[in-house]
Amino acid sequence: MTEPNGGEPVVRVRDVRKDYPFGDERVHALRGVTFDVARGDYVSIVGPSGCGKSTLLNMLGAIDIPTTGDVVIDGLNVATLSDRDATRFRLQHIGFVFQRFYLMPILTASENVQLPMAENGIKPAERRERAKTLLSYVGLGHRVQHRPPQLSGGEQQRVAIARALANAPALLLADEPTGELDARTGQEVIALFERLNADGTTIIVVTHDEALASAARRTIHMRDGAVIDTVTRR
Amino acid sequence: MRLILAVASLRRHRTRTILSVLGIAVATAMLLDMVMLSSGMRESFRSLLLSKGFQLRVSPKGTLPFDTDATIARASEIMAALRQNPEIETVSPVLGATLYIPRSTGAVATFALGVMPSVQGDYELRRGTDILAPDAMVANADVLAATGAHLGDTLDVAGGYDPQLRTSSMRRRLVVTGEGEFLYTSSGQRAVALPLATVQAMRGDAGADRVSLFMIRARAGTNVDSVRTWIATHIPRVTAISTQSALAQVDERLSYFRQLSFILGAVSLLVGFLLVTTLMTVSVNERVGEISVMRAIGVSAWHVVQQIVLEGVTISVTGAIIGLGLGIGTARYLNAILSAFPGLPRAIDFFLFQPKDAWIALGWLTLAGILAGIYPAWRAATLPLAVTLRREAIA
Repeated sequence: MTEPNGGEPVVRVRDVRKDYPFGDERVHALRGVTFDVARGDYVSIVGPSGCGKSTLLNMLGAIDIPTTGDVVIDGLNVATLSDRDATRFRLQHIGFVFQRFYLMPILTASENVQLPMAENGIKPAERRERAKTLLSYVGLGHRVQHRPPQLSGGEQQRVAIARALANAPALLLADEPTGELDARTGQEVIALFERLNADGTTIIVVTHDEALASAARRTIHMRDGAVIDTVTRR
Repeated sequence: MRLILAVASLRRHRTRTILSVLGIAVATAMLLDMVMLSSGMRESFRSLLLSKGFQLRVSPKGTLPFDTDATIARASEIMAALRQNPEIETVSPVLGATLYIPRSTGAVATFALGVMPSVQGDYELRRGTDILAPDAMVANADVLAATGAHLGDTLDVAGGYDPQLRTSSMRRRLVVTGEGEFLYTSSGQRAVALPLATVQAMRGDAGADRVSLFMIRARAGTNVDSVRTWIATHIPRVTAISTQSALAQVDERLSYFRQLSFILGAVSLLVGFLLVTTLMTVSVNERVGEISVMRAIGVSAWHVVQQIVLEGVTISVTGAIIGLGLGIGTARYLNAILSAFPGLPRAIDFFLFQPKDAWIALGWLTLAGILAGIYPAWRAATLPLAVTLRREAIA
């Protein structure tokens, strides 16, 4: 088990199973998944479509709960949280990056980044300053007042990453973050993830993109709802 | 931040938002007009009755003031009796009559009020002097226009006129000393005021010691109803009507108005409510992905509800504010038409604007906006996150 920063793992997944009702049948989306992710680690999860990657990511992000098993993030078993507590947990401990960016088209890049901070009760002046810093970090210091439709796909994804980092999360989760981008802009996002990880952010990314998967320190291979292999690179 | 989001969301579909705001504005205007209509005539009538501070009207037994041509005989006896009551401050006798002012083309008929100028409560003197001499006359603008008379002119005025023979009777030469605005006359109605004794004389035997009504002002702090009861007990040949009982009769006669305005007001409110609900439902359906992501990044369900309700309220309040202006404008226009109805006092307003009405309309519309936003907001806040995100990703 790789633990780059040592100490307690930030993610502890134990024998997680997830079943969905599908007509009269039950679909077993996850079948006893177990792994840990150390603080500061960078993990990619790969596998064919329908193998349970996104379901697993939703569990890690307290969006979904397992049928059985434990998902402990930053010392807290997210499966036991109420909807309200799970929402608060996501706000303060998890950063999400989605394939389709999902920025608010009506808000500027800065306002999009400020949104989770506002929700977290950070004062306007402080969040404006922090949004500016984060946008500069992702290379968009000159696009602070632009709205998403005025930005390219790669730029929008970088705004989404800045938004995910708004409340300094313990864990950054990304679901196919390069899925909507061309190779060049995808590469920019990969480089950004590497920089983020080098600066100490724990990242788990679900992807089909081999370049992105191989940029991670560790790759978890899944098939039919189970982990079939784990490759550690560094 | 939520307000910024709400306003920005509405600005995203400007045409749709503008049309909805206009729809709400029309609904508000209608609601306000109906609220104004339901209470306006009553309030306006009440203000009119109390404009000179007379709280009681004493008319011939079983009649309403000027409802018939009946008069009260031996008026001086009643006047003396009324003055004996220490709770009564002022007694103002009034005798109505139709007088004729012969001109070369025929006679100009005018309604005449015989009053005691020191206590009268029927007109406001606009210019000139009051009826201080027995041959003095205060006329309204319609009489002056119809006769071509000016202040200071002397007119031949008759108590009777035969249009076939073109002969008049009980003629007096009266001087127009002033121009007045008569409180209870209808639009275009000609009216003059003369000393009570002059009108009584011009009515011949029919006017001798008679009046059409007494207007009574009770002393401050007096229970008007107790005065009314005293009159009913001590002077049984007359009917005393208080402002309250007159208003009760008006209420009864205006019940159709109120029912109609209630129904139309409720319909406008319902239309506004449905409009906002539809808009917000469509808006939420379009933004399912966005809302799910907001929830996923940690925005609480309550804040999602707040934002969507805020959007509904923003539309409602903006529409309501525009609608208030529209409603007041429409009410003024309609009031001008309706106030010209013959037989109604000119001073009566059908639509009477009171700030309370605006607050009522605004309050109802805001409530409708909140309620209209709740269902779509609840739907948005309770979206199953994992399923919605998966569906969005597939889509």
